[in-house]
Amino acid sequence: MIAFKTFTGVIAPLDRSNVDTDAIIPKEYLKSIKRTGFGKNLFDAWRYIEADASDKNNHARKPNSEFILNKSPYDEAEILLSRENFGCGSSREHAVWALSDFGFKAVIAPSFGDIFYNNSFKNGFLPIRLTVDEINMLFKSVQSIQGYKATINLEKQIVKTQDGNEHSFDIDESLKIRLLKGLDDIALTLENSDAIVMYEKKRSKFTPWLFRKS
Amino acid sequence: MKTLYDKLWDDHVVHDYDDHRSLIYIDRHLIHEVTSAQAFEGLRLANREPWRVNTNLAVPDHNVPTKNREIIEDPISKLQLETLDKNCRETGITKFEMSDSRQGIVHVIGPEQGASLPGMTIVCGDSHTSTNGALGALAFGIGTSEVEHVLATQCLVLKKEKNMLININGQIGKGISAKDIVLSIIGKIGTAGGTGYAIEFSGNVIRSLSMEGRMTICNMSIEAGSRVGLIAVDETTINYIKNRPFTPKNEEWDQAIKYWERLKSDDNATFDKVIEIDAANIEPQVTWGTSPEMVISVNEAIPNPSETEDIVKREGYKNALDYMDLKPGMRFDQIKIDKVFIGSCTNSRIEDLRAAANIIKGKKVSDSIKLAIVVPGSGLIKKQAEKEGISEIFIDSGFEWREPGCSMCLGMNSDQLGSGERCASTSNRNFEGRQGPGGRTHLASPSMAAAAAIAGHFIDIRGL
Repeated sequence: MIAFKTFTGVIAPLDRSNVDTDAIIPKEYLKSIKRTGFGKNLFDAWRYIEADASDKNNHARKPNSEFILNKSPYDEAEILLSRENFGCGSSREHAVWALSDFGFKAVIAPSFGDIFYNNSFKNGFLPIRLTVDEINMLFKSVQSIQGYKATINLEKQIVKTQDGNEHSFDIDESLKIRLLKGLDDIALTLENSDAIVMYEKKRSKFTPWLFRKS
Repeated sequence: MKTLYDKLWDDHVVHDYDDHRSLIYIDRHLIHEVTSAQAFEGLRLANREPWRVNTNLAVPDHNVPTKNREIIEDPISKLQLETLDKNCRETGITKFEMSDSRQGIVHVIGPEQGASLPGMTIVCGDSHTSTNGALGALAFGIGTSEVEHVLATQCLVLKKEKNMLININGQIGKGISAKDIVLSIIGKIGTAGGTGYAIEFSGNVIRSLSMEGRMTICNMSIEAGSRVGLIAVDETTINYIKNRPFTPKNEEWDQAIKYWERLKSDDNATFDKVIEIDAANIEPQVTWGTSPEMVISVNEAIPNPSETEDIVKREGYKNALDYMDLKPGMRFDQIKIDKVFIGSCTNSRIEDLRAAANIIKGKKVSDSIKLAIVVPGSGLIKKQAEKEGISEIFIDSGFEWREPGCSMCLGMNSDQLGSGERCASTSNRNFEGRQGPGGRTHLASPSMAAAAAIAGHFIDIRGL
């Protein structure tokens, strides 16, 4: 996993609550067996005029010019701003892959769906929780100033807007370290292999039916 | 004093990290074709092997056709199904083939096979894994990176959730099903109401529900924001799992029963949040919007956004009405249905099919309905329904009787809604485009969906 670095990017506003992972990446596009290439179908139903599930025709589809990510400079935005319960619904990690593949590095919202929140950290993608008041303030700024930018510093846990406002955010220390160092979760867990084997030994005596060979 | 969730958690801690996270052992890993390919690929790239092969059980369900199984027309679906085949073959993981009568929706076949048992930790790359919590198991959905993590280590690094208790007591009305109960709960606490909590469902109403009904409740806990739904083990649970293929036998069964009997919250256990629901107030529920919390009783009028004080919520209501092509004040008997779908991991078990068949027996699907389908949750449920004559009732009334799979719940196969089509659906998500781009979903119980098929619109089944 690539380490998360401080960056400055344009904030794209998506003024909706309960943005579900079906909306982030519709199921028509979940059939790939790779982790890449989902960006072109991010928010597909909102981004294109006609519905078209067929990948090969994607380039010929007419974009919905009203949708925020189809407008410059938001087509190159790196920070997404949204409302309550972002990423609720289906567990599909494809939602994070699609956001990353489009170019987003972080999403700011008051709250997130639990599975989406977890999935984000496995992909070097940062979900930031701010208070509803702070989110309202950001929406106001973003909607009145074209191409409004912010700098996200994970190390200091701060979102600093272009006009100098600083919003600090909470994050689990271990998640922060994993993201900053780009650590491999599986390798970290395997450092505890002995503990896993010991647990299995103990547990197989206590609940042997869970350890039958067939 | 521990809650059921505390007990399940404590029994699976391999290691506590010093940052409030724990390494939790996973007893059962269920796998389907959509969220596993990238995990197996990751394993291969890192030269890793599955830690314990026989804890895994795989089944194709999301992409499978529900008719004409011989040919999978979509080449990308086909590739995904073949990739699951190949991954299971290479790793030695047991997989039920499409032609096997044990094939079905992953959350249906786990309990049906006894592969999901009380006291287990059960995960799957699918948010509706919470279904298995009805057995008194700690079951939750995970992303693909976590699928890879479980394959490689048999463990997950987790932070413990808070405890929530939802008590449902009182006299449940005639014709009210588990689906109505869970929809009304979601309507009350909202789609984020359970976020960060493990929800235990309790009370005399839950105790009197069958396992099928309990699974419907736990299935939709994720729609209330909670990854984990739980119901304590009782006689109903034990009777359900007895004599299933993967269930322990003989002395191990006796030993297991002793272990399972303690799987309930202690009398004085403390919950971080307790919600009391009076069952007497629950009416047949139908969703009107694009989020499961946008739900009302079948006799209520479509709500008016301007009567909602919260600005963000008001905007959400407006978007939903617009997408659903509805106006405030409309009644369900004015809203014409195009398609009816009875199926999904929420409502495709034998009890669901019996309830729906009971409503339509001797009646015909309305001429205004373009398509009405029944998709059993597994091949075994299909067989059982055929044995009971339920399939005939459906076919005689004009329903199509299909092969098991996820089908129109998410339309990754050819069962989809066309743009603008309106569906009475027993599934779990009414999100925009969920059942097909531009499709409009109304969630309801199997009886309510069946009655809508006959009337051409939703009606109050209590009047039948």
